[in-house]
Amino acid sequence: MTLLSDLPQIKGVKNIPLQEGYTSGHRTCQGCESALVMRLMIKAAGPRSIVVGSTGCMYVANTTYYSTPWVVPWMHTQLGSSGSAATGTAAALRSMMRKGKMKDEPINVIAFCGDGGGADMGLSAISAALQHDEYNLLILMYDNESYANTDIQVSGSSPWGANSTFSPPGTKHRIMNNRWKKNTAPMLATGHPNCRYIATACGSYGLDFTNKIRRALTIGGPTFIHSIDPCPKGWDYDPKYSHELGMLAVETGLWVQYEIMDGEVILNGPSRVIAKGIRKRKPVSEYLKRQGRFAHLTDEDIEYFQSKVDESWEKWWLPGVVPFRPQEEE
Amino acid sequence: MTTALAEQFAVAKEELISGSEAIAIACALADVDVITAYPIRPYDTVMQYVSKLKADGILDCEFIVAESEHSQFEIVKHASAVGARTFCGSSGVGWFYAFEAITVTAGLRLPVVAMVGNRALDDPGAFGVEHNDALAVRDLGWMLYWVATAQEALDIALMAWRIAEDSGVFLPFAISCDGSFLTHSQAIVNVPTHDQVQKFLPAYDRGKLQLHPDNPITIAPQVNEDWLMEIRMQTDQAMRGSVGVIKKVHEEFRTTFGRGDPSPFIEEYMMEDAEIVLVGMGTLSLPVRVALRRMREAGKKVGFLRVKYFRPFPADEIRQVLSECKAVGVIDRDYSYGSPSFGGVLFHEMRSTLYPLERRPHVLNFIAGLGGREVLVKDVDHIVDIIQQAVDTGTVDQETTWIGVRE
Ligand SMILES: Cc1ncc(C[n+]2csc(CCOP(=O)(O)OP(=O)(O)O)c2C)c(N)n1
Ligand code: SF4
Ligand SMILES: [Mg+2]
Repeated sequence: MTLLSDLPQIKGVKNIPLQEGYTSGHRTCQGCESALVMRLMIKAAGPRSIVVGSTGCMYVANTTYYSTPWVVPWMHTQLGSSGSAATGTAAALRSMMRKGKMKDEPINVIAFCGDGGGADMGLSAISAALQHDEYNLLILMYDNESYANTDIQVSGSSPWGANSTFSPPGTKHRIMNNRWKKNTAPMLATGHPNCRYIATACGSYGLDFTNKIRRALTIGGPTFIHSIDPCPKGWDYDPKYSHELGMLAVETGLWVQYEIMDGEVILNGPSRVIAKGIRKRKPVSEYLKRQGRFAHLTDEDIEYFQSKVDESWEKWWLPGVVPFRPQEEE
Repeated sequence: MTTALAEQFAVAKEELISGSEAIAIACALADVDVITAYPIRPYDTVMQYVSKLKADGILDCEFIVAESEHSQFEIVKHASAVGARTFCGSSGVGWFYAFEAITVTAGLRLPVVAMVGNRALDDPGAFGVEHNDALAVRDLGWMLYWVATAQEALDIALMAWRIAEDSGVFLPFAISCDGSFLTHSQAIVNVPTHDQVQKFLPAYDRGKLQLHPDNPITIAPQVNEDWLMEIRMQTDQAMRGSVGVIKKVHEEFRTTFGRGDPSPFIEEYMMEDAEIVLVGMGTLSLPVRVALRRMREAGKKVGFLRVKYFRPFPADEIRQVLSECKAVGVIDRDYSYGSPSFGGVLFHEMRSTLYPLERRPHVLNFIAGLGGREVLVKDVDHIVDIIQQAVDTGTVDQETTWIGVRE
């Protein structure tokens, strides 16, 4: 295995590195949480990194010729190729370092993708990447819950009922997106038992986020992080509420923050507090009613939504994580 | 360490091997860094040999069995951007499954070398040779070569990395091998020494385009209408420039290894004073040669021109050798539905190549051997008869004829 970076856990938000790897030059929407995710990700990883990014907002809105925001080496990859891009990059480094064609040193390999490029189109390539224990790499899936760059279309990670340009509420069909959001991180964790680190994250919790990136880059082998990224354009809210919406997603229990490290599930932050029963989940209506994409939902729809979230906390084998349970004995 | 490699190929030897095995050996000799595989007949035999060479410690590479052809080609594309020498390949629908990755590999000017084991595009179930799979990259910036023998497969593979990785070229290179006839049939092949190959093939140096923290560039930013035409033109210049590089490398290859045709682009067979010339690619040349020998014995002035490089297409060379003949019969192992004259792909390239000639020969097209159907000596006789009629009457009644089709 190639050498791993020495990236200690950051103690306290004030110790997050000041050095930027993602700077001015991008053209993301005001309040774009995914842009913050990029910035935090590369702050945590540092300059000895190679970043590959699949098609989506974080390519198109970021990387205009002559005004790249990336200070680190960066390369585009195709929409469904984040897994292959990471694998190819890591394989090249490993081979060339082993054969003495390149200096043997730790270089972080990070591939990012959106929910559409990752959990839909790129799922098989990500799965394949997570099987290669010999490559150190991180796949970061920034989830803005739609195909945002192409003008906000519903994806397999969009929430039930959400309005999008492919799922507009109409007079006959109020709900055009009848799919429940994919449970991507646990799917990947269950399916790849050798993968040492899979986590969920949210840019609203900056310290937690940067430390997760560092854990993923230092544990060894392929790793995966799924972050939930409020998107003012797609979710339809005032950009100043991005952070708050990220926190609400967690506090309502809709989004659960955890790490699956060497087979152990560790709940983080508010999710941990909720699981311990110290704090109650906020009603999901507090989250849904803040976003235009849910404006057409009726009270009944919201009740259904709430019941599904309740179910995930009350009936799942591992609350919020594992959606099945052992058969009950007679 | 490459000691096992050096030991294995310390002395030059003759081996009875298939085209696929020949290319696998070339991978070892070229010390390829990253190789990706996915099973599909008939190309995948090359990967069986590659995996064994790796298992035996002769070839030191990352050998990745991808979960699809798309990933297979994406992985090598990215490895190539980091500076690794790469190899992959596919056949038929597998090649098409990878098409997105294949297009951008050329767009990014990454010198990936791939083998295409030519195969029909499946439905209704057909896995035999047909050239439409590889030909689909003809407009994308890939160099494209058709092999006729196992020896040629090994030789062109070694040249492929050299040409593709030339910093003035930096274009991907596809080696097309007829399914079964070349991928699986064995012939005696001269295998060079590791030493010889090392002298001929320098290490791949991506230079200022290498993706590495010491060289923090951004690759493939959005250029849109602002810059795309300039960039497309650079790719065009690279393809045009490859012609000179191919010539130079071919000459060096001939001096280093002591073999090879006079021209890197075409092979001439019994072309002297030929009035009728057949044109084709790949292993088709075998039955054609046999038929032509007999015809020559009977005093007929026929010759054969094998097109080796389909991209860059050797228009100058072809014009030169065909400027005096009376008629050209292009045999296509492919087809282009709805195209002008309802003909094959090579036919169209040939006709457009010959159009500027002052004395244009008749150009006829023959569709043969699709899906791996054998092209027999009597088929070649039939083809020449049709061409002879055009020569005698001075008119072409039917431009395209399908050969050996049931009534
Ligand atoms: C193969 C392919 N199909 C479709 C597209 C068009 N496309 C470009 S960006 C994009 C959206 C991707 O969505 P996601 O991965 O969620 O990223 P986001 O735009 O939301 O950041 C799509 C569909 C493409 N670039 N490539
Ligand atoms: S559409 Fe959403 S993800 Fe895309 S740039 Fe705007 S806020 Fe960011
Ligand atoms: Mg998205």
